[in-house]
Amino acid sequence: MTKTPTRGGAAPSVDATLARQLLTDMLLIRRFEEKAAEAYTLGKIGGFLHLYIGEEAVAVGATSALRPDDYVISAYREHGHCLAKGADPKRTMAELYGRRDGLSGGKGGSMHLFDKSVNFLGGHAIVGAHLPIAAGVGFAIKYQGGDQVVVCYFGDGAVPEGEFHESMNLTALWKLPVIFLCENNRYAMGTSVERALAQTEIWKFGQTYGIPSEHVDGMDVLAVREAVARAVARARKQKTPALLEADTYRYRGHSMRDPAGAVYRTKEEVEREKLRDPIVLFREKMLAADVFSEADVRAIEKDVNDRVDEAVAFADASPEPPGEALFTDIYKES
Amino acid sequence: MAVMTYREALNLALREEMQRDPRVFVIGEEVGLYDGAYKVTQGLLKDFGPQRVVDTPIAESGFTGVGIGAAMVGLRPVIEMMTFNFALLALDQIVNSAAKMYYMSGGQFNVPIVIRGPGGPAAQLAAQHSQSMETYFYHVPGLKVVRPTTPMDAKGLLKSSIRDDNPVIFIESETLYAVKGEVPEDPEFTIPLGKAIVRREGTDVTVIAYMGMMYRAMEAAEELEKEGISVELVDPRTLRPMDTETIIGSVRKTHRVVVVEAGAGFAGMGSEIAASVTEQAFDDLDAPVERVTGANAPMPYARNLERLKTPSKDRIAAAIRRVCNANGH
Repeated sequence: MTKTPTRGGAAPSVDATLARQLLTDMLLIRRFEEKAAEAYTLGKIGGFLHLYIGEEAVAVGATSALRPDDYVISAYREHGHCLAKGADPKRTMAELYGRRDGLSGGKGGSMHLFDKSVNFLGGHAIVGAHLPIAAGVGFAIKYQGGDQVVVCYFGDGAVPEGEFHESMNLTALWKLPVIFLCENNRYAMGTSVERALAQTEIWKFGQTYGIPSEHVDGMDVLAVREAVARAVARARKQKTPALLEADTYRYRGHSMRDPAGAVYRTKEEVEREKLRDPIVLFREKMLAADVFSEADVRAIEKDVNDRVDEAVAFADASPEPPGEALFTDIYKES
Repeated sequence: MAVMTYREALNLALREEMQRDPRVFVIGEEVGLYDGAYKVTQGLLKDFGPQRVVDTPIAESGFTGVGIGAAMVGLRPVIEMMTFNFALLALDQIVNSAAKMYYMSGGQFNVPIVIRGPGGPAAQLAAQHSQSMETYFYHVPGLKVVRPTTPMDAKGLLKSSIRDDNPVIFIESETLYAVKGEVPEDPEFTIPLGKAIVRREGTDVTVIAYMGMMYRAMEAAEELEKEGISVELVDPRTLRPMDTETIIGSVRKTHRVVVVEAGAGFAGMGSEIAASVTEQAFDDLDAPVERVTGANAPMPYARNLERLKTPSKDRIAAAIRRVCNANGH
């Protein structure tokens, strides 16, 4: 177990294809959400919209260490996790719009993204509730004799919940291949970690349960990738759970309804945190190491912008779900 | 047919379904090594092993979530609540996760789980261990709710619940586990969910009851037969979906209705049935619908107070006489 956040090496030897993929995936999430925020202000997206902007390195780094048949489950700030796992941005945006062609036909919305085709298991909006569900997925993997793993993302806000502790205990007790990945963005809505937890070093809770735990810089996509890869290797072979705490930061409010002038943190703090932006840091590091070129970056940006524009156009063009949909998918006919 | 207890019928259903489908497993507190707090899972650990008969620590929300997650990726868990009172600790998992997953995911992830265990009035177990819990669940779209009255129903309905592709709340009763009755031994015998049964035919009044209240209503019906009142007894068996067709069909024949339930009456099953009858068969009624319900009080410990809390045979009989005397029977 390591005490200080692990970082990728100063002069990384990163495969160029992988590096381009990581940058592409992080940029896709960033641009997708910037467009979603615009659509929200235009009234095209309703309800709660929780943006992940600033935290992209966690989803992208973690997913890059997974196989397609591995499972991912998340809470309600999950657009990034869902896209990183491979969901179609067009259908994801259409879901945010509440349209027929959305991932759930418009019935789930921003907080309930599901995509069975890429083993993305939701989109859960009661804090802490999806941690035992992740344990159940791990239980099923073991029961069925598989070697997949499940990555369960949650925020620092879930840690004081009983279900966090029940899930740590059950997965350690039964040796289930579940990687609990805490995205510590320092605030549960407006309550800072210091005001919520008697033990603010979240990774240390793993020690109590005998779970291998690690603290990682969540703004460093390679560091996240390496930490998750270590946990995945253990989980596949030994069926052991892991608890990873990724230090990260959300630039936007808790949701789009959270006013910019919120009192729980200062503007200076937000601006200071933006200086360690995961996308800028990674891009500059790769450029400096000649892993990819300025021209590569321009090509990636264009590709991402085109895909996001296409997603918005697709969502705009998709019709509302038909009225009959109100009563479908309540019970499955055997 | 074999004669067996309600408890044995449940055990047989679990055994048969575990033999039939390797995806079925049992999970809960004391289900394995201890052989079940009420011995419903007796012998299963020995016969199916610890992978399929899973003892849990006391963590209702945790192990219910485990069942839901396992069901999302292909297993069919039977989750035992040692008593249904403890299901409140898992209420969020049941209501927000299990019941809504299929809908929220637009039909991508269904949750085939059975949550079973005893509930309803027991014997001097007081306020926290002796409650009729079905009302907490049958309000929720996405859940099915079953209350099996007889050993035959216990077996047939549990098998259907395990084969169902949706979350099913299956509430048994401590007071019925030792009741004996005839049970078909055919492993393909099932009773469909959502079908009521007419337990006793009659012409003057329809009495709707289930579980312990059905046994009391049966005694009342036999007593009233001697007074010349012919009682038809309808047992819904499944509370959601409710077989209102059978209930309304009986009402159109008898024109009088009494609903009996053990739980507190406020916004209870009787209210729902009274509303359905009023909406669908108002012109057929010769008397207002009567409800005989548990008192609107917590369950007391003292034996005399406990008797006052739950509907007695005499209270049921009195209500039947009232509706039959209305409009000059």
